[in-house]
Amino acid sequence: MSDYKNIILEYKDVPGGLIEAYHALQREFNYIPEDAIEAAADIFDISKARAYGVATFYSYFKVGPRGKYIIRICESAPCHVAGADKVVAALENELGIKMGDTTADGRFTLEFTECVGQCQATPVITINSKPYSDVNAQDIGSILNEYK
Amino acid sequence: MSEEMRIVLRNYGKIDPFKIDDYIAAGGYKALARAREMKQTDLIEEVKKSGLRGRGGAGFNCGQKWNFSYSVAAETKYVVCNADEGEPGTYKDRIIMESDPHTVLEGMAICGYAIGSKKGYIYCRGEYPYVVEGLKTAISQAKDKGVLGDFDIEVRMGAGAYVCGEESALIESIEGHRGEPRFKPPFPPVKGLWGKPTIVNNVETFANIPVIVEKGSDWYNSIGAPNYPGTKVLTLTGDVVNRKFIEVPTDTSIRQVIFEFGGGIPEGKKLKAVQIGGTSGGFIPEEMLETPIDFDSMAAIGATLGSGAVFVIDATRDVVDIVNRIAGFFRHESCGKCTPCREGTKRIEEMVERINQGQGRAADLELLERLGSTMSKICLCGLGQAAPIPVLTTLTHFRDEYQSKLN
Repeated sequence: MSDYKNIILEYKDVPGGLIEAYHALQREFNYIPEDAIEAAADIFDISKARAYGVATFYSYFKVGPRGKYIIRICESAPCHVAGADKVVAALENELGIKMGDTTADGRFTLEFTECVGQCQATPVITINSKPYSDVNAQDIGSILNEYK
Repeated sequence: MSEEMRIVLRNYGKIDPFKIDDYIAAGGYKALARAREMKQTDLIEEVKKSGLRGRGGAGFNCGQKWNFSYSVAAETKYVVCNADEGEPGTYKDRIIMESDPHTVLEGMAICGYAIGSKKGYIYCRGEYPYVVEGLKTAISQAKDKGVLGDFDIEVRMGAGAYVCGEESALIESIEGHRGEPRFKPPFPPVKGLWGKPTIVNNVETFANIPVIVEKGSDWYNSIGAPNYPGTKVLTLTGDVVNRKFIEVPTDTSIRQVIFEFGGGIPEGKKLKAVQIGGTSGGFIPEEMLETPIDFDSMAAIGATLGSGAVFVIDATRDVVDIVNRIAGFFRHESCGKCTPCREGTKRIEEMVERINQGQGRAADLELLERLGSTMSKICLCGLGQAAPIPVLTTLTHFRDEYQSKLN
């Protein structure tokens, strides 16, 4: 709890600092711990409902644990027509989990995302925001090896 | 063969984006110095006369917008750069910020002087953490050099919400709230960030400003289409040989964009349709390709220029399947504040999915049209108003594809 507090306190006097604080928490933990929402509500002097409402509004924030490496697969139209579904199948197959799930060792989480702005070479996936473009089903194994 | 014209991207590949001296050597920050020698009203008039219209999609006259904020007497005013580009198929703002961040800062500082603001924010989408770092580097260089004078710029990072591209939702997000659009009026130029007059302009709009100040409104006004002068940065995606970005005068036709710059359709296939302006844009059939890309010409054919994304699909593609995916996008990105959008995007997806899976009924097509036209009139913000456009335009131009899938 004190850890969260120290991180959040740094943004207490920043105008509109709640979202900045959530970003900082995610940089540290990769997600926003439930308890940190309560701490944020206290520090910013807002209701827990409001603090929770902000955290859950944005798709890049996640309340509660997820994997160390977040793999996002773009499903927007340009990636869709470029065969994003085959990339999804290859990732699910390689990791043995379904979209939205985390591997048992807590290493990888699979999430869908909308456009990540790398449409010059579709389909695109990102791993902790690092983009990989022109991804084929065959590439998945070697990409994942970078993170094993 | 048509040629590109690089105004916004004039420094692309020519300077090291992270060396402010490179930018200065290329003439950078001279326009800001010149602007500060002008009377504020003359500067605003010059921007107005250039005819520059917002490059984020709404196409409002930039100088006129600035004048709204200038005219309000207030101690504190804000300049906000909308770098939340989330329109699928669009990455032009990223290219601008990565290749020439200082031109964006200079454009913002000129706007700050014009309206009487000392503080700017860049709201950059959460998908671009590397761009955020680049912008922060550029800002600290500009501060060290003292080129921005008393104008301060701060970067804020979004967190994955398409609706935050809408200016009042973006303002809510900077304030640390859920990114839900506000009721308007009052509009942000009068009452925006923390209730103060606020100019929100797109990255590409700001990148045009230094050149306009440097070369003058007459020069700018003579480029491209008279009602939407200048250039537009476009990003080509989908079934096109050259998947790349280009910057072209606004009187360039869609056909030139796809076949001259884009190199046509791969594997000698035929074009079925092109969707311009991102996922919220209308689908345009082959027979309308002679239309110039400027804002008003596009509006006249029921399409949009929007963000400048150009998504090409060849004759083998399934329009209903693509629209189904797009409908899913809007259902996901609807913020839920207003009922017609929250419910409407869900029902559109439901119906299109049913049709796509061969379970649709003839009545669904009329229901989609009724729902879509209702949403375009009564949704609170541009997201909900534009959400039905892909469905409505494909029902107009490719109705047979829907009909052939009906149960």
